[in-house]
Amino acid sequence: MVRAQQAHSARIHKGILDLLLDPLLACNALLAFTFLYFPILMLVLFSFSSSRYASIWGGFSLEWYAKLFHNPDLSQALLNSLLIAAATTLIATALGTLAALGLERFPDRRRASHYDAALTLPILVPDIVQGLALLLFFVLVFNGLEHVFDWRPALGRTTVIIAHTAFGISYVAVVVRARLSGMHKSFEEAAMDLGANEWQVFQRITLPLIWPGVLSGGLLAFTLSLDEFVITFFTSGPGATTLPIQVWSMVKRGVTPEVNALSALMLLTSIVLVTLSVMLQRRR
Amino acid sequence: MWYLLPPAVWLGLFAFLPLGMVAAISLMQRGSPITWEFTLGNYARLADPLLLTIVGRSLWMSSVTTVLCLVIGYPLAYFIVQRRLHVRTLLYFLTLVPLWTNSLVLIYAWMVLLRVDGVADQGARAVNWIATDQSLNWLYTPGAVVLGLVYWYMPFMVYPIYASLEKFDWRLFEAAQDLGASRLGAFFRVLVPLTWPGVLAGGLLVFIPALSNFVVPQFLGGAKVALIGNVIQERFLSQPQDWPLGSALALVVMLLISVAIWAYFKFAYEGDAVG
Repeated sequence: MVRAQQAHSARIHKGILDLLLDPLLACNALLAFTFLYFPILMLVLFSFSSSRYASIWGGFSLEWYAKLFHNPDLSQALLNSLLIAAATTLIATALGTLAALGLERFPDRRRASHYDAALTLPILVPDIVQGLALLLFFVLVFNGLEHVFDWRPALGRTTVIIAHTAFGISYVAVVVRARLSGMHKSFEEAAMDLGANEWQVFQRITLPLIWPGVLSGGLLAFTLSLDEFVITFFTSGPGATTLPIQVWSMVKRGVTPEVNALSALMLLTSIVLVTLSVMLQRRR
Repeated sequence: MWYLLPPAVWLGLFAFLPLGMVAAISLMQRGSPITWEFTLGNYARLADPLLLTIVGRSLWMSSVTTVLCLVIGYPLAYFIVQRRLHVRTLLYFLTLVPLWTNSLVLIYAWMVLLRVDGVADQGARAVNWIATDQSLNWLYTPGAVVLGLVYWYMPFMVYPIYASLEKFDWRLFEAAQDLGASRLGAFFRVLVPLTWPGVLAGGLLVFIPALSNFVVPQFLGGAKVALIGNVIQERFLSQPQDWPLGSALALVVMLLISVAIWAYFKFAYEGDAVG
């Protein structure tokens, strides 16, 4: 393929449109990257401005970052986000890996493909529909509990964790399945022939082989949970404000340099997470 | 296979049962929040002209968004694939960063640019486009909403197209040119048709979430440019609540999306048969 590409670029082009193609492509790429990064760069720039206005430069200052670190609402939101993301990652990774293994080994291929479709449904259903569906579900179940046991749980971190796992499982399963499909069954069969039981095979052969897939699936679930806004918005109630919910309510109150600083920090976190995920993919 | 049991139970309880409840509640009467009596009235109430305008606007804006993402995203993916390995990796990484960044942050960045006295206004004043006491008034317009949607979903278009271009057998492109095609001709008649599944996948990944997005119209459209997502969200979370109507609207969204997915499978597979 590399040789074909080299030959391709060494070709003498005919026609004025062909001559224009490369500059036009370069122009489009330049404009597209400017479009993608200019707003982000401005945001980061103004987070270091001493001006009280979020889009006016008033000299370098770190005061908005300092203000962030002394905001108790924010540290509570960060804590909630991390707790929810950690719990979601554990549950979604465990159940998603089980689903991937189960589907891979399912004897009836036709039925397996139906289950596969069902598993991708939470990826395809829009977040707002998932969010409102879970809100309805929780409220009706809680009404029932109150009716029968005189006890009413509230929306909070637990309901958000349940909501996040409902889509996290699907993403983990897809990533782990991609890893499994490239794996040979012969290792597992050899271990069984040598007398290992099912658990030993899983622990010593299967798990180490699919581990990179499980790890990147888990990282995906963690990032998605940390970033999730819409479903959280519907299922969190007043007690479980996460970081995105906090950003939402700060922005609704007004565009301030403090939001710029918070956004810049969240941007930095996502850059670290993408770098991690790219490194994980490289290792495969 | 016992492996499947725990995830199946979990998803059944927390993903499929709630969706079934939405369908059931769309057929119940409005109450506080629901009166358990069967009615088809919620669907009749959807025929409200204001609501239909909003549904139409949502379809229009998510379609325009999809087309714009394709027109910018395809050449971008093509450009990236053509680079040498380490440049390619870097550019690919740069398209991934916005995908992993919190979308509220991305849309907020546009508020900083577009609002009155924002970066766009300051720039326009500096080049004497507008007087120093004037504003471009770009925030809270339909254009700002489309811009925000394109910004949010662009990586979703680039990613599948890039993946299909990476797998593409470039000898076919060579062969077309050896047989006399211009490069542009080979681009449109060989490359684009053969990477069409990637284009369709990207289109689906952009169109589906853009249709029901309520963050972009809330931040960049204000009260004037509401989309279907805003109406649904208000029926559930703002007073006066109307869960049955909100559920009926959610089912309309699901129906529109099913049509899009059906079209995807139809065209993706027919394209296969022809290619």
